[in-house]
Amino acid sequence: MKRAAVISARHLDIGYHTGGDGIKRVHTDLNIALYAGELTCLLGANGAGKSTLLRTLSGAQPSLAGDVCINGKPLKDISRHILSQTIGVVLTDKTAIGGLTVREVVALGRQPHTGFFGILTSHDKQVVEDSLEACGIADKGTRYMASLSDGERQKVMIAKALAQECPIVLLDEPTAFLDIVSRIEIMSLLHRIATEHNRAILLSTHDIEQALVLSDRLWLLSREKGLTTGVTEDLILSGCLNNLFPHSDIHFDPLHGSYYPTVHRHKSATVVCHDETLLHWVINLLNRNGYGASFDTVTPCPIIIHIESHCHILWQEKDTSATLHSFEELVRKIQEK
Amino acid sequence: MNKKRNISYSTILILVLCILTAILWVCNLFVGSVDIPAEEVVNALTGQPCAKESWRYIIIESRIPQAITALLAGCSLAVAGLLLQTTFNNPLAGPSILGIDTGAALGVAIVMLAGGSWVVGSGISGFFATILGAFLGAIAVLAVILFFSTFVRNNLMLLIIGMMVGYLTSSLISLLNFFASANQVHAYTMWGMGNLSGVSLEQLPWYSIASLCGLLIAFMLSKPLNAMLLGTRYAENLGVNISLTRNLLLLATGLLTATTTAFCGPITFIGLSVPHIARLLLRSSNHNTLLPVTMLCGAIVLLLCNMLSVIPGSNGIIPINAVTPLIGAPVIIYVIVNQKKINYFNG
Repeated sequence: MKRAAVISARHLDIGYHTGGDGIKRVHTDLNIALYAGELTCLLGANGAGKSTLLRTLSGAQPSLAGDVCINGKPLKDISRHILSQTIGVVLTDKTAIGGLTVREVVALGRQPHTGFFGILTSHDKQVVEDSLEACGIADKGTRYMASLSDGERQKVMIAKALAQECPIVLLDEPTAFLDIVSRIEIMSLLHRIATEHNRAILLSTHDIEQALVLSDRLWLLSREKGLTTGVTEDLILSGCLNNLFPHSDIHFDPLHGSYYPTVHRHKSATVVCHDETLLHWVINLLNRNGYGASFDTVTPCPIIIHIESHCHILWQEKDTSATLHSFEELVRKIQEK
Repeated sequence: MNKKRNISYSTILILVLCILTAILWVCNLFVGSVDIPAEEVVNALTGQPCAKESWRYIIIESRIPQAITALLAGCSLAVAGLLLQTTFNNPLAGPSILGIDTGAALGVAIVMLAGGSWVVGSGISGFFATILGAFLGAIAVLAVILFFSTFVRNNLMLLIIGMMVGYLTSSLISLLNFFASANQVHAYTMWGMGNLSGVSLEQLPWYSIASLCGLLIAFMLSKPLNAMLLGTRYAENLGVNISLTRNLLLLATGLLTATTTAFCGPITFIGLSVPHIARLLLRSSNHNTLLPVTMLCGAIVLLLCNMLSVIPGSNGIIPINAVTPLIGAPVIIYVIVNQKKINYFNG
């Protein structure tokens, strides 16, 4: 079954009018498709244009060329009112809602659905309660926003977007400034909302580890290569992530799903180890100390390191050999060289 | 259910404030620069014959309009302050801080000092010219600040710009004073001290209509005002027409500040401090309840100030602006000192 994209655009140019006749094009010729029921992560370096793209897709900023289409209809033909029921946003803007309760903030998400004075019907109130429930903050309904932690506050803003009942939710760095627990909670929450509530969720983030774990689809945005999109694993295995940060000192390790500094190894050692975790950290240690690791036991390097366990390491060099009892001793041995 | 209790708390608070306003309003009728025995005040109000005809005249022609003016001026300035604080997302915004009443004062100064002698008299055309001048002056300053607010994101910087605009307007007023005649300067100086007795019984309907219009616009904007607590981009995403809302807020604030300033002179501290008193009492920044509470608090504070401005025992009245800071300044200092503890202050 081929699904239709909820947001689509072909040959889209994004950027700003810089006053006068000046136009700053951040990206040209972008082709975009965002699908319902999926969590999509927008990754890219600072200044790659992530926020500009999100603003253009949410209609907060006009495109320079090409149309953004929502369910096939050009964004600029959609009324302000309908748009507010279609796209919900979560931003990093400074707010002044410390004196509102959690429930009141989530209820603000009902504004596109309520009348002139914003009176909530029993249906609206039910949606608010359901949204609080879905974001796991139902017990905090009467708390003041000012009394919440950053992670809880972000959940409230997500609940607000959920209460807006928009099929599309765009989030600008929702996990910035959060600790690892909150980051994982927020990402899992968003993934659950995408699948269970069949929303199209797009978020920009610098948290690549979590994005690779939970994102159904990636959008990689870089100044040099433009936008590359695809299912997360396709992009990882095709090496696209290496091009995201075109920097000679950084490379992507597809095995561990993370970026590492490229080590310029002058020396190398042969490592013999049967435990994968142990092997990973030994390589980490060697790399940091300027050694490359080789696994070739047929034509071994002058130095051979046998790892039995983290407290039993055999160091072989030419004819001498030594038994080391910790990584501490291994480091010292390497530094002696 | 906590939520139910919260609703009833705000309802009770509004009810209590309504009763307090009514009591203070009546009390205002019993005090004034002329000592009138309480039973004579009651006689005058109920249409019974008074011991002195002049007392009846004072009650009907002076104290009633003054009490109504204090009530409306308090409501207007407090609500104007709240609108400004929400619009600029700045707890220290207020008509006097941002130079809006100085703008109104400049408008009045132009009319009174440069406009010729016909304005200084209490003729009805001069009266309308004064109001129009104040309105245009206030709107002009508001527009300048709103213009700067579109690209000066820093709140503190915006406040400083507001103060600078205020100084610039003040210097223009000084210049006008310098070239004006002694009579004009005297009339203007008296006006500038703030005076709630400036509205006569004939002018009162006009003043009431103007300020009630401003208050009505404010109440109609409570939904977008709540959305704007989230910031303009969130509000826009919730379907709020930002430019329309801002223009309406500009109109309402201008109307409320300008008419009050034109009639009563620039009254300081009500617009800045009363919204804070209201938030502290209500413990919420939800405009659905904060707007009425702010309005009532404004009325109560100004009615109270008006009573305090009558020096007990003597026959003098001190300018209202000598009294309002006594209530206003401590509130602002309290809010700033306790900003960590006060919920609404933290984003």
